[in-house]
Parts: sequence; structure tokens; C-alpha cells
Amino acid sequence: MPADPTPHGATASGAGTSGESGYHPERAGGWTSGDAPQRLAQVALRDLPWEVGVAKPDPAVVVDGVTRTFGGLTAVSVDHLEVQRGGITGLIGPNGAGKTTLFNLLTGFDQPDTGTWSFNGQSLGKMSPHQVARLGVVRTFQLTKALSRLTVLQNMLLGAQDQRGESFFRALVPGTWCAQEKANTEKAMDLLRRFKLDAKKDDFAGTLSGGQRKLLEMARALMSDPQVVMLDEPMAGVNPALTQSLLGHVKDLREQGMTVIFVEHDMDVVRDISDWVVVMAAGRIIAEGPPESISQNQAVVDAYLGAHHDAPLTVEEEDQVLAEAERTIAREQGSDGDVLGSERGPERTDR
Amino acid sequence: MADLLNALAVAGKSALGFQAIFFALLAIGINVQFGYAGLLNFGQIAFAMLGGFGIAISVSKWGIPFWAGVLVGLAAAVVLALLLGLPTLRLRADYLAIATIATAEGLRLLFRSVSATPVTNGTRGLSGFNGDFIALAPWNTSQRYSILGTSWSGGELWVAAIGWLLVILGSLLVFLLMRSPWGRVLKSIREDEDAVRSLGKNVYVYKMQALVLGGVFGALGGMVYAVGTGSAVPDQYQNANTFLAYAALILGGAARVLGPVIGAMILLFILQFADTGLRLLISNGVIPEDLLSSTDVAQIRFILVGVGLMLLLIFRPQGIFGDRREVMLDAR
Ligand SMILES: Nc1ncnc2c1ncn2[C@@H]1O[C@H](COP(=O)(O)OP(=O)(O)OP(=O)(O)O)[C@@H](O)[C@H]1O
Ligand SMILES: [Mg+2]
Repeated sequence: MPADPTPHGATASGAGTSGESGYHPERAGGWTSGDAPQRLAQVALRDLPWEVGVAKPDPAVVVDGVTRTFGGLTAVSVDHLEVQRGGITGLIGPNGAGKTTLFNLLTGFDQPDTGTWSFNGQSLGKMSPHQVARLGVVRTFQLTKALSRLTVLQNMLLGAQDQRGESFFRALVPGTWCAQEKANTEKAMDLLRRFKLDAKKDDFAGTLSGGQRKLLEMARALMSDPQVVMLDEPMAGVNPALTQSLLGHVKDLREQGMTVIFVEHDMDVVRDISDWVVVMAAGRIIAEGPPESISQNQAVVDAYLGAHHDAPLTVEEEDQVLAEAERTIAREQGSDGDVLGSERGPERTDR
Repeated sequence: MADLLNALAVAGKSALGFQAIFFALLAIGINVQFGYAGLLNFGQIAFAMLGGFGIAISVSKWGIPFWAGVLVGLAAAVVLALLLGLPTLRLRADYLAIATIATAEGLRLLFRSVSATPVTNGTRGLSGFNGDFIALAPWNTSQRYSILGTSWSGGELWVAAIGWLLVILGSLLVFLLMRSPWGRVLKSIREDEDAVRSLGKNVYVYKMQALVLGGVFGALGGMVYAVGTGSAVPDQYQNANTFLAYAALILGGAARVLGPVIGAMILLFILQFADTGLRLLISNGVIPEDLLSSTDVAQIRFILVGVGLMLLLIFRPQGIFGDRREVMLDAR
């Protein structure tokens, strides 16, 4: 068994990480668990005030005054945001709120008009995407980027970091990279098994279904042993049963001390796994807090439903509305039939 | 019957001669750039011209040894690749295409211009620079040898032998590179640059390496051509050759190690066979003289190649070696 050449947690520090974390296929179970970092993150976040821009005890990512405009449109305008290390932070907001744009900015795929942001105290402002990724901040894309004409296994292997065979001259001497390639392949196969893609390993990624591509992209990102993973709608298009197991994987990541930031429209999912939720609307962060705080937050309800919606309904009122709706439907069906649903609930997703 | 055999033999000679090697090397380079990395180099002939003139100018004008001239040609190709890549490789793919096509045309016009005449001899070009190379042949180069019913001069044979050796070594290099993690990154860049960036690879550097490597193959092709013809004339390096090399690549199968090599041989075979065959049919009176005169043949054979390519793309879009599954993926 060749030694794993990738340094783990080289720049990680502090609470949440237990020295060495990461994925080790040679160990029983494969994943190293820290000293229950998940609880650490939750405990650390429990007593914070539920206000925008609140300082976290041990922030991995800090964003300051980042704005990005497209012509007249302000897509992102974040005054201050800290993301707790070793926690799962959910990023939610209506369509067009600027979530993806914020991801693009943080990972170097887009340049902001103003602002600074840092990872582990190191400024990422002038870095290109690959430099950010090498530091251990890896993202996935909302519109999945499977490498179609490579096999699933090759897709995975691309994710591995510090590959000797990726240098032009060493590539010509297979002896220098064969052992590493073998270790990476084992690791990739292990991850593929977790994501139920191992049977597809020799298929072209382009033949995968939409949901399978999401899974592949997430697994590929994990090949690089990241410290921060940013998942842009990882569950979009994944069937409910697999969503459950995916949620398990995401929690596993937290167990290893990874910091997870994810965008998701499904509030049940958000409530289930996030330690902290950040709500964006029209480019701004309008609320922050533990998941249970969010549904009570007036600004959030306004953002999702528009500012002039009715106050929350009581059970009796709800019954009244339902009864009225049914009467209307009956009437309409009498005349021309088709009636679309009421406009009460928040828009679910744009998947 | 004997005529047909003769036409086949002549076409076979053409498929093995220095012109086939020229196109094979150009296409190997394009395969690295376009087939594997997805870079659109539409000016491969410019690299070939720098290779050919690198030797020609070094030997005939500067009086330095042949092998130093080879190095000059290769260095010039590397510099051209860097100059083209630096400003364009960060931009969308079309910018490289535009820059290369303009450079290929511009460089040829520059080399044939009056002001360049002291160095390149303008439209007349340079000759008499391959003596050192031909002298290395282990056999008598002034004698003629008969191989498979065609006659080769010793010099021709020598150029072809070394040329095919280059093609084999080049293919081996591409084979080794493309099965390595380096090749995997290159193919991934062809599929989606941003995905590769998000995984910590410096896409720009890989694209540059691919552009330089492909350009070096182009220069080697130009050298074989210059040595094979014994002269370097700017107008030999028309950019149509770039597109013929693309045709060879697509014929053989892009992103396959042997695709460009087999493609180039088949291309040259078809061109020559159509040429000899049509002339034969005209002189035998099978094709009436007023329908097609033998002076039209040179053009008609390219039309035949075009029709052949179209049929190929309809019935076998992956080329001869390609993987149909791979090509069909794009339809999704
Ligand atoms: N490249 C661009 N050019 C112009 N406008 C853009 C660009 N990218 C994003 N925008 C605009 O910025 C706003 C935020 O977009 P963004 O993709 O960040 O939304 P989002 O929160 O990810 O939404 P969704 O939940 O639908 O994915 C949108 O109004 C969008 O139209
Ligand atoms: Mg989005």
C-alpha cells in the first residue's frame, strides 16, 4: 500500500478538525471520524444571536463587503458573512437571489466589483479557480459538469490532487505515477460504491442520467480531500431514497471535519442537515440562524412570498380558505374545468 | 487490368511517400490540439513553414549545419505557439482559431514578400539545403530502387524512412501521454474547462503545452516536406494544407493515436488513385474528353475526396478508428 501523498488538513486548525481528516480507503469503514465535530459545530453555533453578519467562534470562510453587479443588476451584495468550520451551512433564497453568483465569486470563477474574502485567514481575492481549489475549497456546479467523453472512473481520477503523472515529463515515465494512480483508483472505487455508481465505472459520463451526474460531480469533488465543499443544489433531480443516503454522506463529511456549504431549495432537506442557515434575497443576506429560526423570520417570509402577503394563517383561517378554494374549484369546473393551485405555499424549486 | 494495378501501385507509393508523412505529422499535431485538448488550430501550416524554412534559411543563408537548422525550426515553432497562445488561450476557443488562421496567411505573405527576399528568396524560395541529410543515407541515393512495382530514388527512400520513423516515435509519444494522468487532464479540458479548474488544475498551462507540442509536430512535418522536395518555397505552404490535415484526422478518427497516421495515408492514396485512375479513363476514352479533360483531374480529385468525406461523416462519423459511442454522446 503506497503512502497517501496528499497532505491532509495542512492549513486546517482549531475546533472541529481532529488533526488528520479525510478519506482513507485502507482503514476500516473508510472515513476517519473526528471527536464528534458535528456536535462541536452545533454547540458553537447554538448560543449565537440570530442576526445577519454575526461572528462565528471558528470561521473557515469570511466574506467582507463583496458586491457583484451585472449592468444595473446587483447580483450579490454581502456585507459580512462568516462560515463556521466543521459545520453544515445551508444557503437558501428565491431564484435569482445570487447564491450561485456568490459561489462563483468565492471560488474565483467570477470577479467581484468590490470586497475581500478569505479562507483560514488567507485572502482568496486575487486567486484563480485552480488555486482556490488547491487550497482545499472545492465546489460543484448547479448545471452539472460531467466530462461526457471520459468514463466515470476517469472523471473521478481527475479529482485527485498532487498527481505526479499530471506533469508533462513525468507522464512519459509511467513508473513515477503508477503506484499513485493505483491508490487513487482504489479511493475512487470506494467513493463510487458509496454513491452507487460503481457499476457504471467504465461507462462514459455522458451516458449518465441527470441525477447520476449530480452524484458523480459530488463524488469527484470529494476525491480531492477538500476542506471546504460548496455544493450547488446537490440533491436537485436525485430521487428521494437516494437523497436520504446523500444527506447521510453530507453529514459524514461534517463528521470528518469538512466544512460544507450547500445551496438547496427543499426546506425539509435544509432543516434536516444544516447547522446554520443563511438566507439570501436580491443579492443580500437577509437572515442567518439555526434552521428552526428561519421559518419564523419575517424578512424570509417576505422574501419568498413578496412583502404584501397575508399574515400567517391560523388553523381555522386555513380551513376557511380551503373551503372557499374548493367552492371556487367546483364553480370553475362547472364552467370550464381547469383551475391551477392556490398561491399560498412558497415556490418550491426551479430544478 | 495492368493499368489498374499500376494505378494502385502509384497510389500506394504516394501513401508511403514524404507527402503522406507531411500530412501525418501535421495531423498528429492537430490531434493533440483539437482531438485531445479541443483547441482549434487552423494555422498548422504556419508551424510547418517555420520548420521547413528553419532548416532552409539556417543552411543556405546562415551556413550553419543541417541539424542546427532542425533545432532552429523547432525553436521557431515553439516561439510561435507561445506567441499565439499567450493572448488567446484564456479566451474562448474561437479566438485561437482566428489568430492561427490569420497568422498562417500572414506569415506566408511575409515570407514571399519583397522585403523578406534577402532571407527567404521571396517567391522563388530556397533550395540545396538537404545535402547533409541525404548524405547520411546508408544506401546509394542516386540509384533507383523498385519496390512493389514503383520506382523510388535512394534519396526518396531515405526521407521516407526517417519520416516514418518520426511518425512512429511521435505516435508513441502521443500514446504514452494520452494514457497518463496528463492526457486525462487534456481530454477533460476538451470536455469542460471549468470543471477541470474547479478540481485544481491550471488549464492554461495544459492548453499551452498542447499547443506547443502540436506546433512542434507541425514543424517536423514541414521539415520532412522541405527535405523531401529539396526546396522551401513560401507558396508551398498554403493554408489549404491545414484543412487537408484536418480531413486526414477526421478520416482516420480524432482522439485516436493512429487516426491521423492512417487518415493521412488514406487521403494521399485516394488523391493519387483518383488522379491516375481518372487520367487513365480519359486516355482510354471511357470518359469522353469533352466531359472531363485531363487538366481538370487535379481539381476533380479533391471533389472526390470531399464527397468521400461527406459519405464518411454520414455513415461513419467517428472516422475509421473512432468510437461511435463517443461521437454519438454529443447528440444528447
Ligand atoms: N453572467 C451573468 N450576466 C448577467 N446577469 C447574471 C449573470 N449571472 C447571474 N446573473 C444574474 O444575477 C442574479 C443572481 O443569479 P444567481 O445565478 O446567482 O441566482 P441563484 O440564487 O443561484 O438562483 P437559483 O436558485 O435560480 O439558482 C440573477 O438575477 C441573474 O440573472
Ligand atoms: Mg443558482
